Amino acid sequence: MSIEIHAKKCIGCGKCAAVCPGSLIAMTKEKKAQIRRPERCWACVSCVKECPVQAIALFLGEDMGGLGGKMVVRREGTLLRWTVRLPDGSEKTVTVNSRDANKY
Amino acid sequence: MGFQIKTKCVDFLILGGGTAGCWAAMAFRKACGGSVLIAEKANIRRSGCLAAGVNALNAYIVPGKTPQDYVAYARKDAEGIVRGDLLLSMAKGLNSAAQELEKLGLTILKDENGQYAVRGTRNIKINGENIKPLLADAVAADAGITILNRVNVFSYLKAGENRIAGALAFGIDEPVLYVLRAKAVLCATGGAAGLYKPNHSGFSQHKMWYPPFNTGAGLAMGMLAGAEMTTLEMRFIALRCRDTIAPTGTLAQGVGARQINAAGEVYESKYGLTTSQRLYGTVMETAQGRGPCFLRTTGISAQQEEELFKAYLNMAPSQTLRWLESGKTPCVADVPIAGTEPYIVGGHTASGYWVNTHRETTLRGLFAAGDVAGGCPQKYVTGVLVEGEIAAKAAASYCNEPFPDVSAQEIQDWKNKLEVILNHSNPADASTDELEAQMQTVMDEYAGGISTDYACSAQSLAAADKKIAELQTQAGDLHAADLQELVYVWELRERLTLCRAVIAHLAARKETRWHCFAERTDFPDRSADWNVYVNSRMENGEFRVFTRPLVGEEICYEH
Ligand SMILES: Cc1cc2nc3c(=O)[nH]c(=O)nc-3n(C[C@H](O)[C@H](O)[C@H](O)COP(=O)(O)OP(=O)(O)OC[C@H]3O[C@@H](n4cnc5c(N)ncnc54)[C@H](O)[C@@H]3O)c2cc1C
Ligand code: SF4
Ligand code: SF4
Repeated sequence: MSIEIHAKKCIGCGKCAAVCPGSLIAMTKEKKAQIRRPERCWACVSCVKECPVQAIALFLGEDMGGLGGKMVVRREGTLLRWTVRLPDGSEKTVTVNSRDANKY
Repeated sequence: MGFQIKTKCVDFLILGGGTAGCWAAMAFRKACGGSVLIAEKANIRRSGCLAAGVNALNAYIVPGKTPQDYVAYARKDAEGIVRGDLLLSMAKGLNSAAQELEKLGLTILKDENGQYAVRGTRNIKINGENIKPLLADAVAADAGITILNRVNVFSYLKAGENRIAGALAFGIDEPVLYVLRAKAVLCATGGAAGLYKPNHSGFSQHKMWYPPFNTGAGLAMGMLAGAEMTTLEMRFIALRCRDTIAPTGTLAQGVGARQINAAGEVYESKYGLTTSQRLYGTVMETAQGRGPCFLRTTGISAQQEEELFKAYLNMAPSQTLRWLESGKTPCVADVPIAGTEPYIVGGHTASGYWVNTHRETTLRGLFAAGDVAGGCPQKYVTGVLVEGEIAAKAAASYCNEPFPDVSAQEIQDWKNKLEVILNHSNPADASTDELEAQMQTVMDEYAGGISTDYACSAQSLAAADKKIAELQTQAGDLHAADLQELVYVWELRERLTLCRAVIAHLAARKETRWHCFAERTDFPDRSADWNVYVNSRMENGEFRVFTRPLVGEEICYEH
């Protein structure tokens, strides 16, 4: 279970490293975020949500049946736009308004 | 590497800035205005159980129900082994905790009459994605609360046999040994994951239900300091969506999905509806060749499915990712379910510190609240908040006491011990990761893990204890290359201590009170002789296990 950090997109703000509940992310000398022990990731997506430039994506490990989809989220006001990019390049988006309670 | 010592003195020291910790900090300020310090190993913004968000407020007294009804429900679910006094005092505060959360900015759904919209008989509907940042912002807004993020708390400081005087922590970023002195201390470090071999053991090993970063630090520290513990044998095992280990309540309660076996038969009524019976049913159906089991979701509408996608994004996004990438969405495919490995979680079952009605432990000046505190299951978010508040109010009475003394020699000894682990030159035979995996395998095979369908016996437990004791010896030689590795070494040692306590408790309860949670093959039935708590205290390095009579809600329990 883990996340993937896109080094080119990373602007070095350090927000992901600050919030990870397992202190798994460190900043390199080049000011890029790096996950130190990917197998220790809980997949809580705190880092994914903090990243201002969608440089961090969640994926499911192959050992738990992951198929290569990568999920990022973009925050627009109270909206969270979650996008899954599939290996074939297609995308699916689900938008959640944090002002709306769960129906279930 | 050498540690620099930094000392801080506050009225109220809170260990763990999670749900209970953040709430208690604010409650203490309201109660007496004294100074507070929160020591947190990560960052309170997203640490602990609430990191990913939560689905609903699972503990609420809905219109037409009373706090006593909640006590009755929790007692039945735990087959009688609960503290009535703790449950009732918690249940009475649930609704005001929910209102306070709403004031902090939590979205709670209302019906046409302006009342909170109810789900089932005890839940209210929320958007819980941002619940932890809301709590953290409220704490940060109070200048009287100092937040020390990224420090690992590892030992209590005692003044004499029975008085807590503070705690020790080390920095994760810099080699600083923090001496945290206080008049009163709250342990709020949560429960424990990672004792047993998890559902996944490779790359996805931490894709578990309970946060893998809650390692039972506060429990192990309490044991080593001689605090009394209760009901550790009542392990919590969750029934979850297979692979993603995401919650199932949303499917069961939200869209009414029933548990079915491979033949499509609804089996839940065969085994009963308590938390452990629902799990047991799934284990038995599978063991008897009728698995795998599912939650039947096929046939739900596209609209319902879209709402499920959103609900899971607000708490367990892996499940939505799973659905979207596989195309096997809940309206076209039933959701496979499985039991997790066992956890020690006092917010769901009744294991943890033995406390009085005010949540003070058997060590003077030390309080416990949330998943680390025993006797009071079914707390969930709101119940954990109430416990934090009760503890903080009682801790306020310590404000006028002087600071208990701490021993300079003891602090120096700890500094030396930490430095030895960091500066060790002989490489140990095994690494921390290897010993952790061995521990989890021992617990799995001999102390009732997934591979034995959670069952154990006197014989298997004796073997487990011997093997864990051997691993404890090996863990004594571990070396850490940096401060983060030092955390891992410490976490392993804490887990090993906790494993031995869990084994001792499982061995002591000579009955099967709860299927799966404490399943004994040599005592397969329930017995009225065991209508008691199994408690323990560490004495001279060994756990002394004993029983105590049940405590009802009419009592204000004092130690
Ligand atoms: C995945 C999940 C989903 C849940 N969903 C719901 C839900 O929908 N509704 C509901 O009502 N309840 C839910 N619960 C239950 C509820 O969230 C918990 O019972 C509650 O949050 C526990 O609070 P706590 O303060 O005891 O622990 P936490 O909030 O976990 O706090 C413990 C804190 O201690 C820190 N800590 C640990 N060790 C150390 C150390 N050595 N030094 C310093 N700090 C340390 C941790 O980093 C953490 O911040 C859920 C729980 C989980 C795990
Ligand atoms: S998903 Fe959570 S546990 Fe994993 S790296 Fe990000 S913040 Fe840390
Ligand atoms: S939050 Fe995003 S941009 Fe900031 S350091 Fe992390 S990966 Fe880089």
